[in-house]
Amino acid sequence: MSDAAMTQRRPLLLNLLIVSFIVIWVVLAAFPFVWTVWGSLKVETDFFSRESWWNAIVGTYTRIQTGTAFTGDGYHGAWITREFWRAVGNTAVVTVSVTVISLTLGTLGGYALARSGQRYAFWILIIALVFRAMPHITLVSGYLLPFFQLNIWGVLPTSIIVLVAINQPFTLWMLHSFFLSIPKDLDESAMVDGCTRFQAFRMVIIPVMWPGVVTTGLFSFLLAYNDFAVTSMLLSADNQTMVPKISSFLGSVQEQGNVMYAVAAVVSATVPLFILVLFFQRQIVSGLTAGAVKG
Amino acid sequence: MPHKTFFAFILPSLVAMVLFIALPIVSVVVQSFHVEHGRILVEVENCQPFGGCTKETRVDTAAMAELQAAQPMGQFNGFGTYLNRSHLAVDEIGAILSDNTGFGNIVARIYNLPFYKALAFTLVFCFVVTPLAMALGFAIALAVNALPKVSKGPVIFFSLLPMIITPLVGSLILYWMIQANGIIGATLQNLFNDPTLSLRASPVLTWASLLFYGVWTNAPFSFVVFYAGLQTVPGDTLESAMIDGASRWERIRYVIIPHLAPLATFVALVQLMDNFRVFEPIVGFSAEANATSLSWLIFNDLSGDAQLFGSAGATSVLTIAGVIVLLMPVLIRTWREFNHKVV
Amino acid sequence: MKLMLKTTVSLGVLCLTAGAAFADCGIEGAGSVRILSNDFEALRLVNTTAAECATDSLTITANANAEHKNLQVPALSINPAEYTVAVVANNSIVPLLNDDLIRPLDDLVAEYGASLQPNQLIKIDGKTMAIAFMGNAQHLFYRKDILDAAGVAEPKSYEDILAAAEAIKASGAMEYPVAASVKPGWDLAAEFVNAYLGTGAEFFAPGSAELAIDNENGLKVLETMRALTAYMDPDYLTFDANGIKAEYEAGNTAMMVEWGSLAGAIIDEEGAAEGVVANTVLAAAPTIGGGSIPAVALWWDGFTIAKNISDEDAAASFQAMVHGISPEMVAANPAVATWLVAGYEPGPAAVGVIATANGGARAYPMQPYMGLLHTALSAELAEFMAGTEDAAQALADVKAAYETAAREGGYL
Repeated sequence: MSDAAMTQRRPLLLNLLIVSFIVIWVVLAAFPFVWTVWGSLKVETDFFSRESWWNAIVGTYTRIQTGTAFTGDGYHGAWITREFWRAVGNTAVVTVSVTVISLTLGTLGGYALARSGQRYAFWILIIALVFRAMPHITLVSGYLLPFFQLNIWGVLPTSIIVLVAINQPFTLWMLHSFFLSIPKDLDESAMVDGCTRFQAFRMVIIPVMWPGVVTTGLFSFLLAYNDFAVTSMLLSADNQTMVPKISSFLGSVQEQGNVMYAVAAVVSATVPLFILVLFFQRQIVSGLTAGAVKG
Repeated sequence: MPHKTFFAFILPSLVAMVLFIALPIVSVVVQSFHVEHGRILVEVENCQPFGGCTKETRVDTAAMAELQAAQPMGQFNGFGTYLNRSHLAVDEIGAILSDNTGFGNIVARIYNLPFYKALAFTLVFCFVVTPLAMALGFAIALAVNALPKVSKGPVIFFSLLPMIITPLVGSLILYWMIQANGIIGATLQNLFNDPTLSLRASPVLTWASLLFYGVWTNAPFSFVVFYAGLQTVPGDTLESAMIDGASRWERIRYVIIPHLAPLATFVALVQLMDNFRVFEPIVGFSAEANATSLSWLIFNDLSGDAQLFGSAGATSVLTIAGVIVLLMPVLIRTWREFNHKVV
Repeated sequence: MKLMLKTTVSLGVLCLTAGAAFADCGIEGAGSVRILSNDFEALRLVNTTAAECATDSLTITANANAEHKNLQVPALSINPAEYTVAVVANNSIVPLLNDDLIRPLDDLVAEYGASLQPNQLIKIDGKTMAIAFMGNAQHLFYRKDILDAAGVAEPKSYEDILAAAEAIKASGAMEYPVAASVKPGWDLAAEFVNAYLGTGAEFFAPGSAELAIDNENGLKVLETMRALTAYMDPDYLTFDANGIKAEYEAGNTAMMVEWGSLAGAIIDEEGAAEGVVANTVLAAAPTIGGGSIPAVALWWDGFTIAKNISDEDAAASFQAMVHGISPEMVAANPAVATWLVAGYEPGPAAVGVIATANGGARAYPMQPYMGLLHTALSAELAEFMAGTEDAAQALADVKAAYETAAREGGYL
């Protein structure tokens, strides 16, 4: 769809409607986050005030406790006292590996599923779906004993492989759907020209698959990034990724947590995602302008 | 595609899935058919820092080790665990049906059984959140697609925020905002002029806030997938539709929606499944009193001081069965499409 | 600020003692000490202190992990065990005992345990299975100014609390004078266990796993729990221990039964509304139904040594942990926990726990099936507390849920 042409022809009222809808949605979506960013610079008594939410705006107790209306204590505590940077490094390793491996396996498998007309291809898809229905915590509790026995518990590669496997059904399904929308003629004509299946995949499909791959990659990335069930149970304290680390800031039944560390950590954890999304947004659009799908 | 090529392409992901999903599922299923050996108990003296010594029972570990060595999986129990009170509660339901004081009484007493209580919320969550989140996501995708290029990046980022923020902390912060002194809770109290209004105390309002949260966190997923799909809508089809005089709505109805249909199937599959396993919002909103889900039951079995693997396994298998039932229509649709493709 | 300050102090102490540490520990030979513990400040402190014993040939690693309860059984059941030390509490030691995964410590105590006190030894069937080093209990926190204004004395029992709450509410000083951590889940079950312990009755029929709470004591406990909710914030079912602490610090409530481990954070000047800290009194937990036993469970945290490890590693682990909980460490960090270690001088934050222990409160039961009861209580009492179910029905539900679980666990 050519944006410019469409925009010009759109009546003013519709444009107004679209813009106001987007504004309302963005406010709804972003307000809790903006509130969190603001609140991360306050003390806990203000941000989680039991008296009035107005305290979170003006920082009544922040002033009393630190002398100014803003404080970096949460960030200092999370990053320096509790070594949050270590978790950030681990998360970087885990998410990048999971995304790359998932996509490599997934594009190959998804392409085969989309192009095969065999019955078993359908059944593989269905079984993958059933696999995906399994609640993660049950799966993870089953891993513990074998992993301890093999002495592979607690290290990053184990978690990476498990996350890739857990993520495979989703990746396969999503990429399968995307490959279905790429016309068969493209690669089949390449094969008529003498390419093998793999060559056709490499030369014809790979250049046009990026919008689908980028989107799928975004979800693989988010899965690894936000995972709690797997990483909290399969990683030792030193190898913890960000989310289990953040949850350990929250405290437990008998022990006081440090919620503001968690809040500061959450805000810090969102920054790389912001950069990532801005970058990949361009990728999705560039896939389009490359003239990927010509019907 | 020849079999050999097909398997060459798919083998790596098959191996990963078999090792880390299929095998564990088999072991979970086997486990759910077993219960622990009858424990041999002995009374021993037990001394602690406070209160001195008391007589307490202990498991006789030496005797248990022998039993365990003979039958490592425990006692075979068939479907016993599936049918007991914590799961399908067949006996209890039978008793309720044979002795009750009317329909309301039946419903109330079945709702008192943990599995059915959890199932009720799980299904409501599933069927309310999934369509609403998909519709909202589609609307956002259409609207974002119509925006000028410069504003797309930031809008996409902000739209993704509900999905990005770790649910653990995201729901905690929202939960704080809706409490009586929080910004949303206090605003609602002012709006309805009811100072006793509490979103957390009443079951209905708790459900409503959980459902709202569900739509809020799920919409971005539909949005991203649909937005990516919109980028592949063939321009010439749209143009020819325009030349034929199709209105905006007709273009959406007859060009865009059919084009996105396979993606919509996929989104529906994933969302139904994820919503059927709803868990984080319940913990994040501290809503356990008024709403539980199947995943919460599993969590409760596994996180207690005494872990019930068999029970958790049975609930997991029932969850899978539930997902399969839910997805039947989508699966049949996929099957038809698939056969269509073969021809 | 407070936490930073505390950390700086403890780091400073670590630096001071580090020089002398090697001499203090004196662990001979090579080996490996691997500690698994929960993740909170006091345990992290013990772990870092224990790690001072590391030498060129002795490695000491610690995994402070919130999931320790789920990890400990599989981690210790392999051979050699993944961890040589598991730090546990009354409830989390039970799975290790059930599966016979920890070793008796009597020989090690005789050889290396000179600094331990007799009451630190957790003895089961005459054998020392764990070394306790800190204690904890819930106890009463109240606002002296509010109670004085309403003309009531310090509440000694739940009946007093109800009367005081009524007086405060009637005087109009406070709408919700009582707070309790009754969030369904672990907290709510713990409240029931606490109150039931106060009746002096047993949870199970002697010598068996047969549940025995379905009686007038159980009904009395539930009645009292529900009566208290009339004086609580309407959102009470979403309040956990940290939640009621915040309510209390904000000056929204006058009385609560709260964890002693949170007392330090409550009576510091930070985060509390005007006048709350100055008027807070820490007292023994209340009794129930005319009994004389404080109606709370006493808890200890201690360390155990894995069975499936070499004797050398076990000896090294024991010595490192004894160093970790040494009187010097405790003397340097008196405010971090209610230590059970020799030479500990209780600070102002520990008086409530000590009063409760001296009042004769009972320890949290260590029966192998107690965890099953706790889980059953955690899920089945919610409707009763919400007021949509009567006490008899709630007890029947608990019993049914417990029996289902106990049958599956092989106890019935």
